[in-house]
Amino acid sequence: MKNYIIILLAMLSVSVGAQVKTLTPGMIAPEISLKNVDGKTVGFSNFPKAKGFIVVFTCNTCPYAKGYEQRIIELNAKYASQGYPVIAINPNDPIVSAGDSFEKMQELAKAKKYSFPYLFDAGQKVTDLYGATKTPHLFLTKKSDKGLIIEYTGAIDDDPEGTNIKRSYFMDDAVKALLTGEKPAITTSKAIGCTVKKAKTAI
Amino acid sequence: MRLLVIFCLAISLSLFAFQTKAQPIKLLKLDQLEKRIELGKDTLYIVNFWATWCLPCLEELPHFEKLKVKVAGQKVKILLVSLDFKSKLKSDVTAIVKKLKLKNEVFLLDEASQQNYIDRISKDWSGALPATLFINKQKNRRSFFEQEFTYNELLASYNINK
Repeated sequence: MKNYIIILLAMLSVSVGAQVKTLTPGMIAPEISLKNVDGKTVGFSNFPKAKGFIVVFTCNTCPYAKGYEQRIIELNAKYASQGYPVIAINPNDPIVSAGDSFEKMQELAKAKKYSFPYLFDAGQKVTDLYGATKTPHLFLTKKSDKGLIIEYTGAIDDDPEGTNIKRSYFMDDAVKALLTGEKPAITTSKAIGCTVKKAKTAI
Repeated sequence: MRLLVIFCLAISLSLFAFQTKAQPIKLLKLDQLEKRIELGKDTLYIVNFWATWCLPCLEELPHFEKLKVKVAGQKVKILLVSLDFKSKLKSDVTAIVKKLKLKNEVFLLDEASQQNYIDRISKDWSGALPATLFINKQKNRRSFFEQEFTYNELLASYNINK
Protein backbone atom coordinates (compact mmCIF):
# COMPACT_ATOMS: atom_id res chain seq x y z
CA MET A 1 0.00 0.00 0.00
CA LYS A 2 2.79 2.37 0.97
CA ASN A 3 4.66 1.66 -2.25
CA TYR A 4 1.50 2.21 -4.23
CA ILE A 5 1.02 5.65 -2.70
CA ILE A 6 4.64 6.55 -3.37
CA ILE A 7 4.34 5.51 -7.03
CA LEU A 8 1.10 7.46 -7.32
CA LEU A 9 2.77 10.54 -5.86
CA ALA A 10 5.68 10.20 -8.26
CA MET A 11 3.32 9.93 -11.24
CA LEU A 12 1.47 12.97 -10.00
CA SER A 13 4.65 15.02 -9.72
CA VAL A 14 5.73 13.95 -13.20
CA SER A 15 2.39 14.98 -14.67
CA VAL A 16 2.54 18.32 -12.82
CA GLY A 17 6.00 18.91 -14.23
CA ALA A 18 4.84 18.11 -17.73
CA GLN A 19 2.15 20.78 -17.69
CA VAL A 20 4.61 23.57 -18.39
CA LYS A 21 5.59 23.60 -22.05
CA THR A 22 8.25 26.07 -23.10
CA LEU A 23 7.14 28.27 -25.99
CA THR A 24 9.14 27.69 -29.15
CA PRO A 25 10.08 29.96 -32.08
CA GLY A 26 7.11 30.75 -34.30
CA MET A 27 4.62 30.76 -31.43
CA ILE A 28 2.78 33.85 -30.20
CA ALA A 29 4.18 35.44 -27.04
CA PRO A 30 1.45 36.01 -24.44
CA GLU A 31 0.79 39.55 -23.17
CA ILE A 32 2.52 40.60 -19.97
CA SER A 33 1.06 42.82 -17.28
CA LEU A 34 3.09 42.72 -14.09
CA LYS A 35 4.23 44.96 -11.27
CA ASN A 36 7.52 46.72 -11.93
CA VAL A 37 10.07 47.64 -9.25
CA ASP A 38 8.79 51.26 -9.46
CA GLY A 39 5.34 50.03 -8.38
CA LYS A 40 3.71 50.61 -11.79
CA THR A 41 2.15 47.87 -13.88
CA VAL A 42 4.15 47.25 -17.05
CA GLY A 43 3.37 45.32 -20.22
CA PHE A 44 4.24 45.34 -23.90
CA SER A 45 1.71 48.11 -24.52
CA ASN A 46 3.94 50.51 -22.55
CA PHE A 47 6.34 50.40 -25.51
CA PRO A 48 4.26 51.42 -28.56
CA LYS A 49 7.35 52.18 -30.64
CA ALA A 50 9.11 48.88 -29.94
CA LYS A 51 9.66 46.48 -32.83
CA GLY A 52 9.86 43.61 -30.38
CA PHE A 53 11.21 42.65 -26.96
CA ILE A 54 14.02 40.80 -25.29
CA VAL A 55 12.11 39.05 -22.48
CA VAL A 56 14.49 37.79 -19.79
CA PHE A 57 13.45 35.54 -16.91
CA THR A 58 16.13 36.29 -14.36
CA CYS A 59 16.46 36.84 -10.61
CA ASN A 60 18.54 38.25 -7.78
CA THR A 61 19.95 35.06 -6.36
CA CYS A 62 21.01 32.59 -9.05
CA PRO A 63 24.78 32.64 -9.67
CA TYR A 64 24.16 32.16 -13.40
CA ALA A 65 21.75 35.12 -13.42
CA LYS A 66 24.31 37.19 -11.51
CA GLY A 67 26.99 36.16 -13.98
CA TYR A 68 24.80 37.35 -16.85
CA GLU A 69 23.47 40.52 -15.18
CA GLN A 70 25.96 42.88 -16.82
CA ARG A 71 25.30 41.29 -20.21
CA ILE A 72 21.53 41.83 -19.73
CA ILE A 73 22.19 45.51 -18.91
CA GLU A 74 24.31 45.77 -22.05
CA LEU A 75 21.63 44.15 -24.23
CA ASN A 76 19.21 46.89 -23.23
CA ALA A 77 21.84 49.59 -23.72
CA LYS A 78 22.56 48.31 -27.22
CA TYR A 79 19.12 47.41 -28.52
CA ALA A 80 16.43 49.45 -26.67
CA SER A 81 17.16 52.48 -28.85
CA GLN A 82 16.93 50.28 -31.94
CA GLY A 83 13.48 49.00 -31.01
CA TYR A 84 14.26 45.91 -28.93
CA PRO A 85 14.12 46.80 -25.21
CA VAL A 86 14.76 44.31 -22.41
CA ILE A 87 11.90 43.30 -20.13
CA ALA A 88 13.21 41.36 -17.13
CA ILE A 89 10.91 39.14 -15.07
CA ASN A 90 11.69 37.48 -11.76
CA PRO A 91 9.93 34.09 -11.80
CA ASN A 92 10.86 32.98 -8.28
CA ASP A 93 8.50 32.65 -5.35
CA PRO A 94 9.72 34.86 -2.48
CA ILE A 95 8.69 32.35 0.19
CA VAL A 96 10.82 29.63 -1.37
CA SER A 97 13.62 32.04 -2.29
CA ALA A 98 13.73 34.91 0.19
CA GLY A 99 16.44 36.76 -1.73
CA ASP A 100 14.03 37.19 -4.63
CA SER A 101 11.36 39.23 -2.81
CA PHE A 102 9.90 42.35 -4.41
CA GLU A 103 11.85 44.54 -1.95
CA LYS A 104 15.12 42.77 -2.80
CA MET A 105 14.34 43.26 -6.50
CA GLN A 106 13.85 46.97 -5.90
CA GLU A 107 17.18 47.16 -4.08
CA LEU A 108 19.05 45.39 -6.86
CA ALA A 109 17.44 47.41 -9.66
CA LYS A 110 18.39 50.61 -7.84
CA ALA A 111 21.93 49.53 -6.99
CA LYS A 112 22.67 48.38 -10.54
CA LYS A 113 20.70 51.25 -12.13
CA TYR A 114 18.52 49.01 -14.27
CA SER A 115 17.38 50.99 -17.32
CA PHE A 116 14.68 48.40 -18.08
CA PRO A 117 11.61 47.09 -16.23
CA TYR A 118 12.24 44.36 -13.66
CA LEU A 119 8.88 42.72 -13.07
CA PHE A 120 7.60 40.53 -10.27
CA ASP A 121 5.61 37.49 -11.43
CA ALA A 122 3.48 36.75 -8.38
CA GLY A 123 2.17 33.18 -8.59
CA GLN A 124 4.41 32.44 -11.59
CA LYS A 125 1.54 32.96 -14.03
CA VAL A 126 3.57 34.55 -16.83
CA THR A 127 6.45 32.17 -16.12
CA ASP A 128 4.12 29.23 -16.79
CA LEU A 129 2.58 30.85 -19.87
CA TYR A 130 6.05 31.13 -21.41
CA GLY A 131 7.22 27.86 -19.90
CA ALA A 132 10.34 29.44 -18.48
CA THR A 133 12.15 26.72 -16.52
CA LYS A 134 15.26 28.46 -15.25
CA THR A 135 17.13 31.68 -14.75
CA PRO A 136 18.34 33.15 -16.99
CA HIS A 137 15.92 32.06 -19.73
CA LEU A 138 15.34 34.41 -22.66
CA PHE A 139 12.67 34.87 -25.32
CA LEU A 140 13.24 37.27 -28.24
CA THR A 141 9.98 38.45 -29.77
CA LYS A 142 9.08 40.52 -32.82
CA LYS A 143 5.86 42.39 -33.55
CA SER A 144 3.75 41.12 -36.47
CA ASP A 145 0.17 41.38 -37.68
CA LYS A 146 -0.66 38.30 -35.61
CA GLY A 147 0.92 39.65 -32.45
CA LEU A 148 4.33 39.15 -30.91
CA ILE A 149 6.08 36.20 -32.49
CA ILE A 150 8.87 34.34 -30.68
CA GLU A 151 11.98 34.42 -32.86
CA TYR A 152 14.58 32.97 -30.49
CA THR A 153 14.61 31.23 -27.09
CA GLY A 154 17.46 30.19 -24.83
CA ALA A 155 20.64 31.75 -23.53
CA ILE A 156 22.43 35.05 -24.20
CA ASP A 157 25.58 33.22 -25.29
CA ASP A 158 27.47 29.99 -24.64
CA ASP A 159 29.91 31.41 -22.12
CA PRO A 160 28.39 31.59 -18.61
CA GLU A 161 31.76 31.90 -16.89
CA GLY A 162 32.84 34.73 -19.19
CA THR A 163 36.17 33.15 -20.06
CA ASN A 164 35.70 31.96 -23.65
CA ILE A 165 37.15 34.30 -26.26
CA LYS A 166 35.47 32.29 -29.02
CA ARG A 167 32.03 32.89 -27.52
CA SER A 168 28.88 32.43 -29.66
CA TYR A 169 26.65 35.49 -29.27
CA PHE A 170 23.24 33.85 -29.76
CA MET A 171 21.06 36.75 -28.60
CA ASP A 172 23.12 39.52 -30.23
CA ASP A 173 23.15 37.63 -33.52
CA ALA A 174 19.40 37.01 -33.34
CA VAL A 175 18.55 40.68 -32.65
CA LYS A 176 20.92 41.86 -35.37
CA ALA A 177 19.25 39.49 -37.84
CA LEU A 178 15.81 40.90 -36.98
CA LEU A 179 17.12 44.46 -37.33
CA THR A 180 18.22 43.71 -40.89
CA GLY A 181 14.90 42.05 -41.72
CA GLU A 182 16.33 38.52 -41.59
CA LYS A 183 15.35 35.48 -39.53
CA PRO A 184 17.86 34.45 -36.85
CA ALA A 185 20.16 31.65 -38.04
CA ILE A 186 20.01 30.00 -34.61
CA THR A 187 16.53 30.07 -33.05
CA THR A 188 17.07 28.01 -29.89
CA SER A 189 19.92 27.26 -27.52
CA LYS A 190 20.21 25.33 -24.29
CA ALA A 191 22.10 26.32 -21.18
CA ILE A 192 22.47 25.37 -17.54
CA GLY A 193 20.55 27.57 -15.13
CA CYS A 194 18.90 27.68 -11.72
CA THR A 195 15.53 26.04 -11.67
CA VAL A 196 12.53 28.38 -11.22
CA LYS A 197 11.62 28.40 -7.51
CA LYS A 198 7.91 27.69 -7.60
CA ALA A 199 5.53 28.29 -4.74
CA LYS A 200 5.05 25.08 -2.82
CA THR A 201 1.43 24.00 -3.09
CA ALA A 202 -0.14 21.36 -0.94
CA ILE A 203 -1.27 18.32 -2.91
CA MET B 1 58.07 19.51 25.69
CA ARG B 2 58.05 15.92 24.53
CA LEU B 3 54.39 15.75 25.38
CA LEU B 4 53.74 18.80 23.24
CA VAL B 5 55.55 17.23 20.29
CA ILE B 6 53.53 14.02 20.64
CA PHE B 7 50.37 16.06 20.98
CA CYS B 8 51.13 18.04 17.81
CA LEU B 9 52.02 14.86 15.98
CA ALA B 10 48.77 13.25 17.02
CA ILE B 11 46.78 16.28 15.92
CA SER B 12 48.47 16.47 12.53
CA LEU B 13 48.09 12.73 12.04
CA SER B 14 44.41 12.84 12.81
CA LEU B 15 44.00 15.85 10.50
CA PHE B 16 45.80 13.92 7.79
CA ALA B 17 43.55 10.94 8.29
CA PHE B 18 40.49 13.18 8.17
CA GLN B 19 41.65 14.83 4.95
CA THR B 20 42.30 11.58 3.17
CA LYS B 21 38.80 10.43 4.01
CA ALA B 22 37.20 12.87 1.56
CA GLN B 23 37.13 11.31 -1.87
CA PRO B 24 39.14 12.87 -4.68
CA ILE B 25 36.85 14.33 -7.33
CA LYS B 26 37.67 13.29 -10.85
CA LEU B 27 37.06 15.23 -14.02
CA LEU B 28 34.86 13.34 -16.41
CA LYS B 29 34.03 13.75 -20.11
CA LEU B 30 30.56 12.71 -21.23
CA ASP B 31 32.12 9.98 -23.38
CA GLN B 32 33.84 8.62 -20.27
CA LEU B 33 30.58 8.69 -18.33
CA GLU B 34 28.81 6.74 -21.06
CA LYS B 35 31.69 4.26 -21.28
CA ARG B 36 31.64 3.86 -17.51
CA ILE B 37 27.94 2.99 -17.58
CA GLU B 38 28.27 0.76 -20.64
CA LEU B 39 31.13 -1.31 -19.17
CA GLY B 40 29.99 -1.14 -15.55
CA LYS B 41 28.77 -4.26 -13.78
CA ASP B 42 25.68 -2.64 -12.29
CA THR B 43 22.23 -2.83 -13.85
CA LEU B 44 20.74 0.47 -12.78
CA TYR B 45 22.67 3.73 -12.93
CA ILE B 46 21.26 6.81 -11.24
CA VAL B 47 23.08 9.91 -12.43
CA ASN B 48 22.32 13.11 -10.56
CA PHE B 49 23.39 16.42 -12.09
CA TRP B 50 24.01 19.11 -9.50
CA ALA B 51 26.11 22.16 -8.66
CA THR B 52 27.41 23.73 -5.47
CA TRP B 53 25.56 26.99 -6.27
CA CYS B 54 22.22 25.20 -6.70
CA LEU B 55 20.39 25.22 -3.35
CA PRO B 56 17.72 22.65 -4.25
CA CYS B 57 20.56 20.37 -5.38
CA LEU B 58 22.24 20.60 -1.99
CA GLU B 59 18.94 19.83 -0.25
CA GLU B 60 18.48 16.80 -2.46
CA LEU B 61 21.98 15.27 -2.24
CA PRO B 62 21.40 13.67 1.19
CA HIS B 63 18.46 11.73 -0.33
CA PHE B 64 20.89 10.09 -2.75
CA GLU B 65 23.14 9.19 0.17
CA LYS B 66 20.18 7.65 1.97
CA LEU B 67 19.25 5.70 -1.15
CA LYS B 68 22.82 4.43 -1.45
CA VAL B 69 22.51 2.84 1.98
CA LYS B 70 19.11 1.37 1.13
CA VAL B 71 20.24 -0.26 -2.11
CA ALA B 72 23.59 -1.50 -0.76
CA GLY B 73 24.45 -4.93 -2.17
CA GLN B 74 22.21 -4.51 -5.21
CA LYS B 75 23.34 -3.84 -8.75
CA VAL B 76 22.69 -0.12 -8.45
CA LYS B 77 25.21 2.69 -8.86
CA ILE B 78 24.62 6.31 -7.97
CA LEU B 79 26.88 8.85 -9.67
CA LEU B 80 26.84 12.51 -8.65
CA VAL B 81 27.98 14.69 -11.54
CA SER B 82 28.77 18.29 -10.65
CA LEU B 83 28.25 20.93 -13.34
CA ASP B 84 30.30 23.54 -11.51
CA PHE B 85 32.93 25.42 -13.46
CA LYS B 86 36.24 23.56 -13.56
CA SER B 87 37.85 26.52 -11.81
CA LYS B 88 35.67 25.79 -8.75
CA LEU B 89 36.71 22.15 -8.36
CA LYS B 90 39.29 22.60 -5.62
CA SER B 91 37.48 25.33 -3.74
CA ASP B 92 33.71 24.85 -3.87
CA VAL B 93 33.11 21.26 -4.98
CA THR B 94 35.66 19.60 -2.70
CA ALA B 95 34.38 21.64 0.24
CA ILE B 96 30.75 20.64 -0.28
CA VAL B 97 31.61 16.97 -0.81
CA LYS B 98 33.44 17.05 2.50
CA LYS B 99 30.76 19.05 4.29
CA LEU B 100 27.93 16.77 3.17
CA LYS B 101 30.15 13.69 3.67
CA LEU B 102 29.15 12.33 0.27
CA LYS B 103 29.87 8.64 -0.10
CA ASN B 104 28.43 8.27 -3.60
CA GLU B 105 31.02 8.80 -6.31
CA VAL B 106 31.35 12.45 -7.31
CA PHE B 107 32.62 13.74 -10.64
CA LEU B 108 32.91 17.12 -12.26
CA LEU B 109 31.73 17.19 -15.86
CA ASP B 110 34.63 18.28 -18.03
CA GLU B 111 32.72 19.54 -21.07
CA ALA B 112 32.95 23.02 -22.54
CA SER B 113 29.80 23.15 -24.67
CA GLN B 114 26.48 23.14 -22.83
CA GLN B 115 24.82 23.21 -26.26
CA ASN B 116 26.32 19.83 -26.86
CA TYR B 117 26.08 18.00 -23.57
CA ILE B 118 22.58 19.03 -22.41
CA ASP B 119 20.94 17.44 -25.45
CA ARG B 120 23.20 14.41 -25.28
CA ILE B 121 22.15 13.73 -21.69
CA SER B 122 18.47 14.21 -22.55
CA LYS B 123 16.50 15.99 -25.27
CA ASP B 124 13.91 16.68 -22.55
CA TRP B 125 16.33 18.71 -20.44
CA SER B 126 16.06 22.52 -20.58
CA GLY B 127 19.24 22.88 -18.54
CA ALA B 128 17.66 23.64 -15.17
CA LEU B 129 19.25 22.02 -12.12
CA PRO B 130 18.85 19.64 -10.38
CA ALA B 131 18.23 16.87 -12.89
CA THR B 132 18.48 13.10 -12.61
CA LEU B 133 18.88 10.37 -15.20
CA PHE B 134 17.98 6.73 -14.55
CA ILE B 135 19.59 4.22 -16.90
CA ASN B 136 18.45 0.63 -16.64
CA LYS B 137 20.82 -1.41 -18.80
CA GLN B 138 18.84 -4.63 -18.51
CA LYS B 139 15.61 -3.02 -19.69
CA ASN B 140 17.52 -0.70 -22.04
CA ARG B 141 15.58 2.25 -20.66
CA ARG B 142 16.50 5.86 -19.87
CA SER B 143 14.21 8.06 -17.76
CA PHE B 144 15.01 11.70 -17.22
CA PHE B 145 13.71 14.00 -14.47
CA GLU B 146 14.20 17.76 -14.47
CA GLN B 147 13.09 18.30 -10.89
CA GLU B 148 14.13 18.28 -7.26
CA PHE B 149 13.27 15.02 -5.52
CA THR B 150 12.01 14.52 -2.00
CA TYR B 151 13.31 11.22 -0.61
CA ASN B 152 9.96 9.54 -1.24
CA GLU B 153 9.83 10.78 -4.82
CA LEU B 154 13.37 9.54 -5.39
CA LEU B 155 12.48 6.17 -3.91
CA ALA B 156 9.37 5.96 -6.09
CA SER B 157 11.36 6.80 -9.22
CA TYR B 158 13.91 4.19 -8.21
CA ASN B 159 11.15 1.59 -7.76
CA ILE B 160 9.69 2.38 -11.18
CA ASN B 161 13.05 2.25 -12.94
CA LYS B 162 14.77 -0.65 -11.18
